[in-house]
Amino acid sequence: MTEYALEVEHLRKTFGEHVAVDGVSFALRPGGSLAVVGESGSGKTTTARMLVGLERPDSGRIRVAGRDRSNAARGRATRLARAREIQMVFQDPYLSLDPRVTVAACVEEPLRLHFAMTPAERRARRDELLARVGLGEREADALPRRLSGGQRQRVAIARALATEPKVLILDEATAALDVSIQAQILDLLAEIRRDTGVGYLFVTHNLALVRHVADDILVLYQGRVVESGPTRDVLTAPEHPYTRLLLHSVPRPGWDPAGIAADRRALATALRKTPPAPAPDRASERRSVTP
Amino acid sequence: MTTRLLEIENLTVRLAAGKAARPILDGVSLHVERGEAVGLVGESGSGKSVTCRSVLGLLPEGSRASGGVRVDGEDILTMSSTRLRDLRRRGVSMIFQDPRASINPMRRIGDFVAEGMRAGGVPQKDALKRAEELLESVGIREPRAALRRYPHEFSGGMLQRVMIAGALAGGPRLLLADEPTTALDVTTQAEVVSILTGLRAERDMGMLFVTHDLELAAAICDRIYVMYAGRIVEAQSTEGLFSRPRHPYTSGLLAATPRLESDQPPHGVPGRPVSLAEAPSGCAFAARCAHARPGCTEHEPGPREIDGAQVACLRAEELIHD
Repeated sequence: MTEYALEVEHLRKTFGEHVAVDGVSFALRPGGSLAVVGESGSGKTTTARMLVGLERPDSGRIRVAGRDRSNAARGRATRLARAREIQMVFQDPYLSLDPRVTVAACVEEPLRLHFAMTPAERRARRDELLARVGLGEREADALPRRLSGGQRQRVAIARALATEPKVLILDEATAALDVSIQAQILDLLAEIRRDTGVGYLFVTHNLALVRHVADDILVLYQGRVVESGPTRDVLTAPEHPYTRLLLHSVPRPGWDPAGIAADRRALATALRKTPPAPAPDRASERRSVTP
Repeated sequence: MTTRLLEIENLTVRLAAGKAARPILDGVSLHVERGEAVGLVGESGSGKSVTCRSVLGLLPEGSRASGGVRVDGEDILTMSSTRLRDLRRRGVSMIFQDPRASINPMRRIGDFVAEGMRAGGVPQKDALKRAEELLESVGIREPRAALRRYPHEFSGGMLQRVMIAGALAGGPRLLLADEPTTALDVTTQAEVVSILTGLRAERDMGMLFVTHDLELAAAICDRIYVMYAGRIVEAQSTEGLFSRPRHPYTSGLLAATPRLESDQPPHGVPGRPVSLAEAPSGCAFAARCAHARPGCTEHEPGPREIDGAQVACLRAEELIHD
């Protein structure tokens, strides 16, 4: 059996009466790239937060590199070990960097926390990480407010890579950037994946983006997986009406927003009568669609 | 010659003396005809929002503007404040990006939609009746009950519809939409856009649609202006812009946009977008441009007409980008 970088089975999370995530299962190969797509309220962000331990699942399993992390971490050593394996890059680089901490100190912090390094080793590693994301000495000394959005997101990526994670979660990590900058960051991410073998979990609503960055795709709707499989197959021949709706919603010339609006209402009505069933196991290995 | 619905001519805006003194817009000219949907596309700092807001006379504090911004021939920049208020109430409306930041959370939806009508002297009862119709026209369920609700009871998409209803209350001839769907989900975006385009056609309004998303602008607009560093660098019909972009920045933007139907991976434009204040002399895009020549940094290229397209590039005739 191959060992997955990340394996999730029957994940479930409720907030009071509301079921945010319901029976979500998927797996990510080492060095693979999986996109979790859906609109707000689909459970994609809650899923990501459970993976990094910001939320505790009600039930289900999460394994990273074969090690179970479904239960709360006991002790500092376990917590740190878990944090090393999965890191996250957040959407808004204006909120996710401490405005009072220089870029250099920001990237050194995880190094200090996770590794026993001499100051010289740490500085060397920090410079290596910053160079990796295309930042130099001038940026290293700067505070975040002196940096552009794209540069800030590079800092966030360098900081996340500092612990040499198996999996990087990118929660709408390029959504706040200008398109010309977004493409630069995507190039950088592709290069890093090729060189380091880190696996990516993209959390996004942008299907056009997914088309170019993810090997596999998982479509969430109302907390459940409605369709999954290789990105190319799912996007060229979507089988679930919700996936089709998402695809049609991507603006392009000759776009028919009125038709989409009608489909959306029809889908909401249909699914109110029969909500999507929980998806079968290990969805991302093959095509799978929930009727 | 009939007057145009909106005509911005050679608009230059700069923040006046003091520490923050800097130019924001430089010689922006654009127009919107009656019933026409026009896109204004650019990245952060390009000046697209400042341009859009200038039509309502909403210029940044402490700024000086020269040039002309005319709505039906009347110049906004020299208009009396009474006349401007009247125009904002009835002639020109604006839809902002984030409905939660633009609608007063302490007041009921009915009050928000009816506010302009009340200010114009419409009796409360009639104004609320009209507000109810407007809410219905933007697809709010149970509009009568909605009048008495508060903004927090609505989702982002529903609240954006409320904003549209409010914008339509004065029966405007011109609708300004500043990134009206950026804060919304893709499926919700489609719905809001369909309402917006439907109502625009029905009421024969002109629309200036400001967005950073070229694909979205293409899906909605007849013509598109592309802005970079406080200047318009290209203006063309939507088909023309996509099939034959003339300015290297436009083709860079097109290449950077991930596409569903294309195998081409998105290509970044090196460097980052600059604002007019940071822009060097000559063409502001030259530093990021693969086609730049020494001459590009010396002269600022003025807009020229080539095959029906307005392009501000020294090499516009030589370059055809595919």
